[in-house]
Amino acid sequence: MTAPSQSFRTPMSRARGLGSAKHGVGHFIADRVSGLALIPLSIWAAFAGLKVAAGGYDMAIEWLSSPLNAVLLGLFMVAGFIHLRLAIQVVVEDYVEGFVSKSALLILNYFVCVLGAALGVFAILKVALLGAF
Amino acid sequence: MVQLALPKNSRVGKGRHYPAPAGAKRVKTFRIYRYDPEGSENPRWDTYDVDVDACGPMLLDVLILIKNTVDPTLTFRRSCREGVCGSCAMNIGGRNTLACTHGWEDTPGKEIQVSPLPSQPVVKDLVPDLTLFYAQYASIEPWLHTETPEPQKEWPQTPEDRSKLDGLYECILCACCSTSCPSYWWNGEKYLGPATLLHAYRWLIDSRDEATGDRLDQLEDPFKLYRCHTIMNCAQVCPKGLNPAKAIAEIKKLMVERVA
Ligand code: SF4
Ligand code: SF4
Ligand code: FES
Repeated sequence: MTAPSQSFRTPMSRARGLGSAKHGVGHFIADRVSGLALIPLSIWAAFAGLKVAAGGYDMAIEWLSSPLNAVLLGLFMVAGFIHLRLAIQVVVEDYVEGFVSKSALLILNYFVCVLGAALGVFAILKVALLGAF
Repeated sequence: MVQLALPKNSRVGKGRHYPAPAGAKRVKTFRIYRYDPEGSENPRWDTYDVDVDACGPMLLDVLILIKNTVDPTLTFRRSCREGVCGSCAMNIGGRNTLACTHGWEDTPGKEIQVSPLPSQPVVKDLVPDLTLFYAQYASIEPWLHTETPEPQKEWPQTPEDRSKLDGLYECILCACCSTSCPSYWWNGEKYLGPATLLHAYRWLIDSRDEATGDRLDQLEDPFKLYRCHTIMNCAQVCPKGLNPAKAIAEIKKLMVERVA
């Protein structure tokens, strides 16, 4: 925060700042919708995880070659990373000051989440389509 | 980045101790934040042992007694002493509230700590500088916006529409809510805060107002509105029993309604 005594900016000028960005509702809706999708997907993923963990390597390969399992797991990955990206963005905006460090972290967040989702989906497709490697 | 410790000249030191007058039967200790930004000293905690039989039931009564009989330099703000002007808002026993309507007996513990509203610059002792808070309130243009030529008598409103303003118009702008909101602490310059947003909603749902869309435009912003994370501190502390968090949720709903 800038100390008010060190600047001649009027309080109204500070309150208005750069004005409204005229966006935010998109982030809000994407956050709620991805969250909503994650409720059934995470429950499914938890059960699936237990089942696969109990079944061993070959069973896991076989499990993932079922189209339904592969698609649901892919959706779980994508929805999860979208939700994660939105959530981390909020944390960064809350706590990080300074245009450069904030922008850098937001871009990094974007890259890491897209990378995570892409790697996840690729790995699922590889096993589902080509079987064990 | 994140600043964890207070800057050196803001650390609060131990201050003076004022013992109770001889013969006092019921004594309670009040630990009060003292600071004069124009002096060279750091803020300090002064402790006052107060003969509570000598004063009224509210914390404001204690402050007035201290100022009148013990320490005339103690500075605080008050006007109506009945919870309608919002001047005496401060942090009492860790909770923002009005000194004039908060009974000191309702704060548990041997010592009652009193400090100015958190996160605002201090003018002196218990008086916070609310200039930015008031400017934020003014920035939402809290008055009726109309283009239709003014009717001869008045803008009519049905009783149902009028009742939508209940729970909003009662706000006395004491700033207890905004200064208890962690989002407002971290981003007080960009986030409008619960008090201002409650008023923004008051004008958004006023059936007589013709600028609802413009008002929503002005609010749709990751910081001005969407810094609210529904932490609910605001609703917990409001001394008038209002619920700014709910008003904010309603604004977010209007935003969705507009695109859906
Ligand atoms: S909503 Fe309540 S706490 Fe907030 S400014 Fe208004 S009266 Fe004070
Ligand atoms: S509900 Fe919103 S405005 Fe109220 S304290 Fe929480 S973040 Fe602040
Ligand atoms: S003195 Fe007016 S609200 Fe307390």
